[in-house]
Amino acid sequence: MFGKAATTLSASVGALIIALGMSGPARAASEAEVFRVVAPFEIKGIEPSTAGDLFLRMGVAETLVEADENGNPLPALAERWEVSDDGKVWRLFVRPGVVFHDGSKLTADSVAHALNVARGRSGGLLAKAPVADIAAQGDVVVVTLKQPFAPLLAFLAHNTVQILAPASYAADDTVTSVIGTGPFRLGALEPPLKFSVTRFDGYWGDKPAIAQAHYLAAGRGETRALMAESGDADYVLNLDPASRVRLEKGGKVDVLSVAIPRTVLLKVNAGHAAFKDIATRQALSAAIDREGIASAILRLPDAGATQLFPPSVGTWHNKDVAPLTYDVGRAKALLAEAGWTPGSDGVLERGGTRFAVTLTTYPDRPELPLIAAVLQEQLREVGIAVTINSTNSSEIPAKHQDGTLELGLVARNFALVPDPIGTILQDYPPEGGDWGSLNWSNAEFNAAIEALARTADVAEGQALRQKAVGILQAELPVIPVAWYQQTAAVSKKVEGARLDPFERSFGLTKVRKTP
Amino acid sequence: MSSSLLRAVLLPRLVQAGLVALLVGVLTFILVRSLPGDMAYRIAAGRYGYDMVDTATADAVRRELGLEQPALSALGGWLWDILRLDFGKSLISGQPVIDEIAHQLGATIELSLAAVLLSLLIGPPLGVLAGLRPGGWLDRSLLVVSSGLRSLPAFVLGLLLIIVLARELGLFPVAGHGGAANLALPALTLALGLAAVSARVARDAMVGVAQSPYYAFGRTKGLTEREVFARHGLRNVAVPVVTYLGVQFVYLIEGVVVVESLFAWPGIGHALVHAIFARDVPMIQGSALVMGLMFVVLNTGVDLACRWLDPRTAHA
Repeated sequence: MFGKAATTLSASVGALIIALGMSGPARAASEAEVFRVVAPFEIKGIEPSTAGDLFLRMGVAETLVEADENGNPLPALAERWEVSDDGKVWRLFVRPGVVFHDGSKLTADSVAHALNVARGRSGGLLAKAPVADIAAQGDVVVVTLKQPFAPLLAFLAHNTVQILAPASYAADDTVTSVIGTGPFRLGALEPPLKFSVTRFDGYWGDKPAIAQAHYLAAGRGETRALMAESGDADYVLNLDPASRVRLEKGGKVDVLSVAIPRTVLLKVNAGHAAFKDIATRQALSAAIDREGIASAILRLPDAGATQLFPPSVGTWHNKDVAPLTYDVGRAKALLAEAGWTPGSDGVLERGGTRFAVTLTTYPDRPELPLIAAVLQEQLREVGIAVTINSTNSSEIPAKHQDGTLELGLVARNFALVPDPIGTILQDYPPEGGDWGSLNWSNAEFNAAIEALARTADVAEGQALRQKAVGILQAELPVIPVAWYQQTAAVSKKVEGARLDPFERSFGLTKVRKTP
Repeated sequence: MSSSLLRAVLLPRLVQAGLVALLVGVLTFILVRSLPGDMAYRIAAGRYGYDMVDTATADAVRRELGLEQPALSALGGWLWDILRLDFGKSLISGQPVIDEIAHQLGATIELSLAAVLLSLLIGPPLGVLAGLRPGGWLDRSLLVVSSGLRSLPAFVLGLLLIIVLARELGLFPVAGHGGAANLALPALTLALGLAAVSARVARDAMVGVAQSPYYAFGRTKGLTEREVFARHGLRNVAVPVVTYLGVQFVYLIEGVVVVESLFAWPGIGHALVHAIFARDVPMIQGSALVMGLMFVVLNTGVDLACRWLDPRTAHA
């Protein structure tokens, strides 16, 4: 009896091994029309507010407005638009002849409905724009604003403002299926890690060359890099610095990289006794060896942030401001000027208080705690004792709100919408922003960004931006540390792959695969 | 026989299952509530990502989910829901917890089962061979290899396997799930860790059995090595190996969390970790409950197997 069981057991294990072995060749024979994308982002749901970025990037859903490489608005589901003279009424003309994946026609009504749902969502961005009303008039969607708001088009390009078919929504407007207008329709959806899409033949724009694409979320950078190397994936987004260097040397895959408008910065509580004076904040900045951090941790020597925006964000990078530099001597002099004197243990003191602060950061971006540890060392050099608290990302806004944040090390995306003004307005208003200034306000700066939100004049806008950036550089409500680059490893079989600096697309419509 | 089975094994385990469910439910509830940080912020971060979380979204989440309600009434509500077998909806995805658990638990069971089967194929046979010649070259090298494998963290072992078997030899895909080939590397990673221990257990058991008077008698009466092992060795060696399997499930659960993340495998361990980060309370409670009950079921299975292997325990 026992012997029989043992035989059954070994037979089933044998069958398992054979099954594993047999599936090998099938993998090698994958079609040239299937494109496999691997990225770190998990599929958290089907609502545009939770997973909209993925459905947009995979070409399932689209927005009214697209963005070019420089962040300028391009027509998408809105064919064109016009704005009233007072800047308060926008008329967006819905592109004719567009059908959703369920065959229903795209109408101004369906667009207005999708926009109104997006506006009511807590995680959406449209709720943050000064919108008074959104309504359909014939083939036109009319957006009425409470005040002129130049970046409206950029907001309409955000992934949480994607346009889904009326059949996507249940009676209470929760999304029950993702029916978009994009070049690909959603196939099997297996949250949290996998989904696939197939080409939609009724697409209004250029037809993609690939017939099918699979998305896989792989949380670990090592896994993603190895998938690229072994040919298991065609397009792998987000390589850790060590893997990127290895893949570039290995030559088995192409490594793409693009500067993105995301900056690692120290968020400073300017109301904190230690950071009230500008001299101390400038000293903090001078104590940071940005180039060292950039080359040792990010392995990109040019990524040290000498100002808030990288050169790639042309309109917001100010060539005329004096770059932030590493100068320990100057840092010490500034601290002495601000009244700090070394205590018995080498830590600075002022009025009987030690210069000891807590730096809050989060490991969602694995390099942040590493950078925090380096900052801790560099600040110790000038007599500042830093304790690191690496915790959940939400502690930054939570501690901002209750005012207990001292220093925060964050990676801020200035292209939540393709025009950075959207993020600047959220982060640097007079009362402060969860991911920007805390207890800092400057009348000239406030006037500049308020005017910037209203103006549509290019030259005037540029002057205002230069001014705003100059003030941020001088007063340092946040201290820029490093600029990011997005990276991707692309199979040699793939042609036409690109990286989107605004992280809106995996470029599926443009890629082609050789067998 | 069947009523004694019921009284001796199934009934106590059923009571145990009920107690585990209650304990897990209350404990996870207390633990989640006592975790530092504001739940509304954590949930908002889990849903919308760190770029989108701010005070306004956290407040909206707080209002939407009614997070202000007193802890006791929330606990009572949850226990009542469990009694009605209603696990609720995930606070992050908005999907029913039971559906998410079904998808992810299925993947974990698939992986664990493959790992245990593979480990049984690798570990005990090698252990028995080593135990038949204690001190021989196989015995000594097995000691080194199994100590090495068990002390390697699953994460490192998995990476090594990926590099050798997937990247260099191209035998299996690196990660992902869906195809049978995807199962190979994560299952092997877990199996090697399990086999390292079961080989040692089988080896020690075999040494004991081989030195026993009844084994010597079997040989004396003229049975071949093969016959004496099949009749007097196998079953006796199997008892400690199967008993130890119950203990090994702990390693499996611990290893599965790491292995699932490394191989992009959608398992329950992975789900639980993410749910805790995002304070997805219904999901935490649901997966912890399922994992707790899984232990009870597995241990029951081990008990039953041992009774079948060694009928003396049933009469004792």
